[in-house]
Amino acid sequence: MTVESVFPQLEALLPHVQKPIQYVGGELNSTVKPWEDCDVHWALMYPDAYEVGLPNQGVMILYEVLNEQRGVLAERTYSVWPDLEALMREHRVPQFTVDSHRPVKAFDVFGLSFSTELGYTNMLTALDLAGIPLESKDRTDEDPIVLAGGHAAFNPEPIADFIDAAIIGDGEQAVLDMTRIIREWKAEGRPGGREEVLFRLARTGGVYVPAFYDVEYLADGRIARVVPKRSGVPWRVSKHTVMDLDEWPYPKQPLVPLAETVHERMSVEIFRGCTRGCRFCQAGMITRPVRERSITGIGEMVEKGLKATGFEEVGLLSLSSADHSEIGEVAKGLADRYEDDKIGLSLPSTRVDAFNVDLANELTRNGRRSGLTFAPEGGSERMRKVINKMVSEDDLIRTVATAYGNGWRQVKLYFMCGLPTETDEDVLQIADMATRVIQKGREVSGAGDIRCTVSIGGFVPKPHTPFQWAPQLSAEETDARLEKLRDKIRGDKKYGRSIGFRYHDGKPGIVEGLLSRGDRRVGDVIRAVYEDGGRFDGWREHFSYDRWTACADKALAAHGVDVDWYTTRERSYEEVLPWDHLDSGLDKDWLWEDWQDALDETEVDDCRWTPCFDCGVCPQMDTHIQIGPTGKKLLPLTVKNAGPAPAASGHVH
Amino acid sequence: MQRIRLRYTKRGRLRFTSHRDFQRAFERALRRAEVPMAYSAGFTPHPKVSYANAAPTGTGSEAEYLEIALAAPRDPGSLRALLDASLPTGLDIVDAVEARTSGLADRLTASVWELRLDGVDPADARRAAEVFTAADTVEVSRATKNGVRVFDARPAVVSLEAVSRETPGSPADRPSDRPCAILRLVVRHVTPAVRPDDVLSGLRAVADLAPPVPAAVTRLAQGLFDAESGTVTDPLAPDREAAEALTAVPAAAATAPTPEGPA
Repeated sequence: MTVESVFPQLEALLPHVQKPIQYVGGELNSTVKPWEDCDVHWALMYPDAYEVGLPNQGVMILYEVLNEQRGVLAERTYSVWPDLEALMREHRVPQFTVDSHRPVKAFDVFGLSFSTELGYTNMLTALDLAGIPLESKDRTDEDPIVLAGGHAAFNPEPIADFIDAAIIGDGEQAVLDMTRIIREWKAEGRPGGREEVLFRLARTGGVYVPAFYDVEYLADGRIARVVPKRSGVPWRVSKHTVMDLDEWPYPKQPLVPLAETVHERMSVEIFRGCTRGCRFCQAGMITRPVRERSITGIGEMVEKGLKATGFEEVGLLSLSSADHSEIGEVAKGLADRYEDDKIGLSLPSTRVDAFNVDLANELTRNGRRSGLTFAPEGGSERMRKVINKMVSEDDLIRTVATAYGNGWRQVKLYFMCGLPTETDEDVLQIADMATRVIQKGREVSGAGDIRCTVSIGGFVPKPHTPFQWAPQLSAEETDARLEKLRDKIRGDKKYGRSIGFRYHDGKPGIVEGLLSRGDRRVGDVIRAVYEDGGRFDGWREHFSYDRWTACADKALAAHGVDVDWYTTRERSYEEVLPWDHLDSGLDKDWLWEDWQDALDETEVDDCRWTPCFDCGVCPQMDTHIQIGPTGKKLLPLTVKNAGPAPAASGHVH
Repeated sequence: MQRIRLRYTKRGRLRFTSHRDFQRAFERALRRAEVPMAYSAGFTPHPKVSYANAAPTGTGSEAEYLEIALAAPRDPGSLRALLDASLPTGLDIVDAVEARTSGLADRLTASVWELRLDGVDPADARRAAEVFTAADTVEVSRATKNGVRVFDARPAVVSLEAVSRETPGSPADRPSDRPCAILRLVVRHVTPAVRPDDVLSGLRAVADLAPPVPAAVTRLAQGLFDAESGTVTDPLAPDREAAEALTAVPAAAATAPTPEGPA
């Protein structure tokens, strides 16, 4: 069997849309395989615009891992902008992959990676354009298995009606295991149809199939229990953890887009997981334990990746990159190697207490010394104890003093508003901190033109964190608090003009909160919003708070709950949370204790440097911390720049 | 400093590459191919590349030109192969010569375009082209950032004629089981530019020619307009001839300075 490309039909529409290049594929390092040579076909989607989705590391890694397998084909698809969506509907062009422009419906698996819940409406658009029924129960053997992954999949309940399965945790090995099960089932002639293959996946304990579980509710709206419907389906589904990152050096051949995208750099994940224990941080909780890539593994990936792409910047990614046990050697080694090539290095997440000027100097040696970014997250010392972000104000002032003293002119500080137990006073102290930063900066640099930008986002409580029980601050209170802070900064005659202030209003945070901690009943809201035209909710110009609240009021009324019930309500210890049957390895009692410690303003240390504090992940998942130092160094590359020999005839010399 | 002139294409689906997209892709290809580029001076040095007269986004091209400056000399032929291998298929580097004359941009005075009109009867297209060329003026309008601009598209058009299907060397990237007309257009580069799109608007205005699907437009050639033949000459030919002259008298070339001049 073969599958026809829809490109001829699409091509006729492209002259009428914005940035058509994003729909044509053909990127360097993309892979096209003959359909009929493969028995398992994956369509991978990042449910946002191409410019955001293409650089996504998760999709890029799985695309390569799958395509490396014989007989397996993976192609990519992204959300189309409303201009093309309208034309595709008018001319009946289905959701397509950019690699071979095959219709998504023809694939065996349609896998979506959700970094954020705000991609849910885009999933529905894609399903509908693909001609796949929106709800799992309406699908037939002709439809792909709709699979969700990514961090948001750790609570897949709001999209339980729309997906057939979810995988939580690291996807590299998991997609290969899933491929094997589908391949065997197909080779046997698809016995028992769709239900049977989903059952075979579910009984591994590593694939969540929502349709195999019943959710029972109490009269007050809370969940009574979540029960498997048939024997063989496990009570809880485990996350996947890949050990030894050096064995998974992906992406080896990063995609190089023709269209402009949000990150144009060669990214290397230098470690996965984080045990700093910031209580608001879902990523840090669900990706434990810390697994470092070795310094030599990093060096090799950078070398091959730069050769394969031609990028001029290397991003050393992780949740807190300066915490790598050999970060100093890594930065110095790379800066040495690429000094002549004008390759810049970037470290997107740097903690104040892990920063030092030697590291910063290495990072900026081949590039510009423009700005430094730190995230104290909480404005007051008290607040930082609550969230377990153990950074003192003196640490911060010392660090910025070093930075301004060494030629930096701009420091950016990230904070959150609406954290548990927060008062106006906690937030107003952000202004005091920024003032001290400027004061110190002027003092050490002797210059009046230094700047500090304060950037604030609303806090959204997330599943599988100690704050999963916490009440979210309402949009009105968030806005009022931020307004007071703005007035305080602007009112400062001496330092105010040196402080930039950037914030987002509290409304999108409430919708994110509804989707983050929602249960299956929230699916009705998502569907109603989609049907009312909701798209691209992560984009300010497309997001409509009014649409979400109107749809939520209508859809949730039948269930006797509302948006506040999901967002600003505090949960109790006994409450069954919608995601309790998805096992991130974290012991729920430990999370509760950590929540109580937060309320007591008690801090918890990092298990990389102190004894284990029993979060539960390692014993539950049979994993362990993997960190250096290895003591190795990055040696200079000797054969670099061995380009073609100069003109052989010699007469031009 | 050695300067190399390149001819490249935008073929098939990669004709939707915008000029900015191409620039980024080309500069990355230079890095991948480890071309010893000369860099501009200044705070953010960038490789010295001059682009000439890029085709609009969405139109294909067999004849785009650019010039690069190298810090160390390279053989144009091997450089072409290396760069071509470093770019995605469709953005192909098809020719390379060392610059030995001045004024590449000055030699790009006209273009030859192919307009492929799927779903249009060739006889209708022929008639429309005749009406267009017979007209003294063809007023068209184009939406620009500053509103609608109305201008005469006729004077820049040297010729516009229907050709038979099997144009040698024309890129066929569409199925051909329905009527399809092909027009060949020679247009002079004037200011403000008259684009193939403007000629298509003109055909609609003077002869009611309205293709059911967007025309597939491809630049087949650009170069110095030759009034006698009514078409363009290869803009890299003078460099090639100069190189051949040097090869013919190697002794002289060894001492003669390399001719240089602004592109």
